[in-house]
Amino acid sequence: MTNTYDVIVIGGGHNGLVNAAYLARAGLNTVVLERRGVIGGAALTEELIPGFHFTTFSYALSLLRPDIVHDLELVKHGMMVIPMPTTFNPMENGDYLLLGPDAGENYHEIARHSKHDAEAYHDYNTIMDRVCQAVKPLLDEVPPNVVSDDPAELARMAKLAGHLRSLDPAVLHMLVRLISGSAADILDEYFESDVVKGMLASSSIIGSKVGPRSQGSGLVLLFHKLGEIDGVFGEWGFHKGGNGGFTQAVGRAAQAFGAEIRLEASVSEVIVKDGEAAGVALDSGEELYASTVVSALDPRRTFTQFVDPRDLPTDLVTAVDNLKFQGTSAKVNFALDAPPNYPALDGRTDIYRGFINIGPSMDYLERAFDDAKYGHFSTRPFIDACVQTMLDPDMAPPGKHIMSCFIQYAPYELADSDWDTERDNLGDTVQDTIESFFPGFGDLVIHREVVTPLDIERTVGLTEGNIFAAEFLTPQMFLFRPAPGWNQYRTPINGYYQCGSGTHPGGCVMGAPGRLAARQILGDLQA
Amino acid sequence: MRTTPFHERLAPLNQTHLWHHWAGYLVADKYQHSVPFEYLATRNSVALFDTSPLFKYRIAGPDATQFLAGVLTRDIRTCDVGQAHYTVWCDDGGYVLEDGVVLRTGDDEYLLTTAEPNLAYLSRLLGDRKVDIIDTSDDYGILAIQGPHAADVLDRLTPAPSALAYFGLVDTDIDRRSVTVSRTGFTGDLGYEVWVRSRDAIAVCDAVLEAGADYQLTPIGMQALAMARLDAGMLLIDVDYDSARHAWTDAFRETPIELGLGWMLGGDDDRAYIGRLAHRRERGQGTSRWKTVGIQVDPAAYERLYNEEGLIAPKEGVYVDHTLSLYDRDFNADAGARYVGYVSSFMFSPLLKRHIGLAKIPLDRAAPGTEVWLELMVAHRPKYVPAQVVKTPFYDPARKTADLGGGST
Repeated sequence: MTNTYDVIVIGGGHNGLVNAAYLARAGLNTVVLERRGVIGGAALTEELIPGFHFTTFSYALSLLRPDIVHDLELVKHGMMVIPMPTTFNPMENGDYLLLGPDAGENYHEIARHSKHDAEAYHDYNTIMDRVCQAVKPLLDEVPPNVVSDDPAELARMAKLAGHLRSLDPAVLHMLVRLISGSAADILDEYFESDVVKGMLASSSIIGSKVGPRSQGSGLVLLFHKLGEIDGVFGEWGFHKGGNGGFTQAVGRAAQAFGAEIRLEASVSEVIVKDGEAAGVALDSGEELYASTVVSALDPRRTFTQFVDPRDLPTDLVTAVDNLKFQGTSAKVNFALDAPPNYPALDGRTDIYRGFINIGPSMDYLERAFDDAKYGHFSTRPFIDACVQTMLDPDMAPPGKHIMSCFIQYAPYELADSDWDTERDNLGDTVQDTIESFFPGFGDLVIHREVVTPLDIERTVGLTEGNIFAAEFLTPQMFLFRPAPGWNQYRTPINGYYQCGSGTHPGGCVMGAPGRLAARQILGDLQA
Repeated sequence: MRTTPFHERLAPLNQTHLWHHWAGYLVADKYQHSVPFEYLATRNSVALFDTSPLFKYRIAGPDATQFLAGVLTRDIRTCDVGQAHYTVWCDDGGYVLEDGVVLRTGDDEYLLTTAEPNLAYLSRLLGDRKVDIIDTSDDYGILAIQGPHAADVLDRLTPAPSALAYFGLVDTDIDRRSVTVSRTGFTGDLGYEVWVRSRDAIAVCDAVLEAGADYQLTPIGMQALAMARLDAGMLLIDVDYDSARHAWTDAFRETPIELGLGWMLGGDDDRAYIGRLAHRRERGQGTSRWKTVGIQVDPAAYERLYNEEGLIAPKEGVYVDHTLSLYDRDFNADAGARYVGYVSSFMFSPLLKRHIGLAKIPLDRAAPGTEVWLELMVAHRPKYVPAQVVKTPFYDPARKTADLGGGST
């Protein structure tokens, strides 16, 4: 086994793998070093009990950049995204809102709750789609460097300004409101019914320590609409075999292009010589050498764990120290004997082909957030559930089921307790909440897996368990992700790069950081 | 409109109430609103399709083999008992009349499925041969069970089909009813078709639905099937070719070689099938007018074409079965661009994440990798997007033809 490469990528999560695949495709001798015995990072599927495959962390796809699929020939390597055609919103009074792919049927379903909202839903989606179309190109470009006076960077800022100026004023205004304001402000304007607002507001809080009425929730709302399945904004899909199935496909692609993947290779530090990256040292004591080293880990680890902060500019160290992570999400995953039953739709299981959204009103979500503000997990949590076996029967033995539940709020820092103490209490709270909507649910449970923010941090290495590798807050995005002037995948150390979700455009299994970092690296190597 | 023997059971499953009229029968257009979801059942779990409206002929008698060997383009003498052939038959000008599947159920007995009626046509060719051709179309229903879990579903009903090779067939029982199961289908995936007497159709359908429930067996309609067959590079009559029997001009007549089915012609055997002289001439003199090939559109260029007009590039739901024109260059950039052929069916594949199509292209442009420009209407104006000639099938999973060794997938 060689110990000298062109490129060493630290971290075998989806961005590390995407990055390595692009670099290997360009002919560079590339190795990915993964600390664990399995690739995938937080996009992982694990067979926790025989035949039952759990998406322990990340559980759905939408924002993955379509270019990556083609460039890396991912379909050839096993990529298969199953669209999730329904959204089921149970309500506390036993009623529900069930939406599907037919606009006319959705109109009448929403009209059961509010005719006004049924009509407004179309208007809302039109303006949101137009905003998404305006923002989408930014996901596929290296952002400008706002602190540089390089003429090329000034030209890119001017181009960005030109793009914004070219937008319809209504689109531009909505964009500004989304990136600066709260989801509630916008949703209250368009809608009147609790269940419609609850459904839409649910995507304004995912992974973030904000409630729907907090400023900042607008940006999270925008991101969860920005994803697409086959050109339809806001659609989500389930990868065959879970998101672990997806990262396995990316891993195969990377290997097919010639990249090497080394498991159980934990990096202790990046070797820097005369201000240039020279390789990495492993916990085992082994050293590997390359003049290009890429960290796919989050900015805290990239800038304060692998290199000596004293070698970095003080303002960068300060910015990274001040980055907000504050993970606030948990997962509770179930193996089930049968699908849950919703009394008002007794026996129907086709309602579970997409997300089950337990967030029946904005008040419900905001109250769940209230608990988190003071360091407690929600007594009535928001739950984004999916019975994944309805989409992919291979996730469990025939006739059995897997249900993934994304939970908020579960703040990383608990007041008066710790997660090792509270883990099962959170599991019970979630199970009780589901039981209150789906009576008899508890009797179906074969196995339960509770994943707290602490578990996310311990297992995957994401600081404070933040699923986006630094929160989706406007001051931490785009020009400023992860720090002003260091948003172009480079670092102050020559040859040392960053490609994790803590760089532009962020997490959500977009793969864009890995791809854009590769573009930057290849450009620098040619220069 | 007539209904199939499975209608009573399948109709309530059609949430959309949309029906397709196929050969005078009702067949679901789609059972649920999301066609990609239905389509993906053929690639991800298992799909159920009611293919009963096909015409079904029993062709039997001491001269049956000799008769069919002279009618079908592919040499039926190479089809053993317990096997099936995908085949075409042609007129004496060598043009394809139709394609279909023929099952050899005995030494002197065959079942032929066709999309259009063929009783009169075949009977006229009999002469004094000892062959009976019986229209059994109403006597059977056919359920196609297609997808990676197709064998698992059948395994729960009868052990017999699990050992079937690709295009093999076997007589067996499902729920004590006699059925014939063939490892055939129109999805290009692992799959089977179950022939059942019409009177037993509901009982067998119930057994299949029950056995499939644990595998998310999904009934699929015509739209999903059309997508699956296009991924598989399979031709659809009246879309990718027309029957020469009712064609007005040669532009609507195609030979097996032009359709990419030249492999059916065999070698230099002296078999006197209808059309052989024309086929020999076409091969010998290289007179094919075009070749039927796959094309795939450059995804980034497609995206750009729409984005430049301020539109979202359409993907989901794109399925076109009318002709689209192909040029040698971008006509908008170069008025000297020439028309070179056409696409007969086109779609966005939710599996491959690409726009693909079947195209008729002159031989000098038919090599894989050749660039052609597809005309699309974007914001009410013709625009041109580059595409590349590629091999078909676009999607060809190993399980389609895999030896399952009598076990499950």
